[in-house]
Amino acid sequence: MLLALGACALVALALCVELLAEPLQGALARGRAALGGGDRSAAAPFDPGRELRAERRARALLRSCVNREEWEMFCELGFIRVWGANVGERAEQGAAYAYLIYPHKPVVGYLVGSGEVIGEYCVSFPREHLGSEGRLPDADDVLAKWMLLTGDEQALLATANVHLPGRQIDPQRLRADLLRLERFERRHRAHASAGRGAAGPQRR
Amino acid sequence: MRFLRLEPGHGEILLAEGDPQVEREQEALVAEFRRQLDLGMAAAVPLQAPAGRRAAELVKSFDEVPRDAERVIFFPRAAGGR
Repeated sequence: MLLALGACALVALALCVELLAEPLQGALARGRAALGGGDRSAAAPFDPGRELRAERRARALLRSCVNREEWEMFCELGFIRVWGANVGERAEQGAAYAYLIYPHKPVVGYLVGSGEVIGEYCVSFPREHLGSEGRLPDADDVLAKWMLLTGDEQALLATANVHLPGRQIDPQRLRADLLRLERFERRHRAHASAGRGAAGPQRR
Repeated sequence: MRFLRLEPGHGEILLAEGDPQVEREQEALVAEFRRQLDLGMAAAVPLQAPAGRRAAELVKSFDEVPRDAERVIFFPRAAGGR
């Protein structure tokens, strides 16, 4: 009887230690920080506008690099479509393949005709060795991938870790994005042809 | 010509600015270009192709930078991601 009670007391004690360990550690860390012994970089004042300003700057740079259609695509859809290099001038005919560049997500390759996804190409831009913290603003991440893809597609493909479709980007979301892209392009073409129609008579 | 670098949590920063036609300024640009490559950066020049198309040209040395380029953008060299 005494032995059973002793065992129960030990189990209860162990449970109490387990439950109290985390709050105690937190309180100790707060105490150390209050006394000035904590990590000073962690205690640096938080600037809520910093990320916003960075993103604004990054968006301005992206806008100055890509064409108008790509910029509108990014603003409206949240990604940029880049034609595969082997498509070249046939892009308008809807041939071959293209990529979708999402911020901080894999580049997705797909067949333009069928919308079938070829693969997810995962690239990152590590800066830890330079002591930089955080990640690039969304628009800068898109810009870096865009520069790589339009500058040297093969190099990006050689660097990227290639994964099967659906590993990080939900296939349903991708299908929806391709539909949104199709609607966007249809509207874009309609605007362009309306613009040409309106401009025509004025020139005469 | 301006050298810009994409910086986490900041957006781009201006690294250097100069006229490559002026010898002293060109030397400074070349030195900065090398320094960025040594830091593990890649360099790209945004270009405007005919018919409104845009693209970038990746450059591995200052000699490859088109002389009329307005800016060179440095960004961390890509690695395979997860």
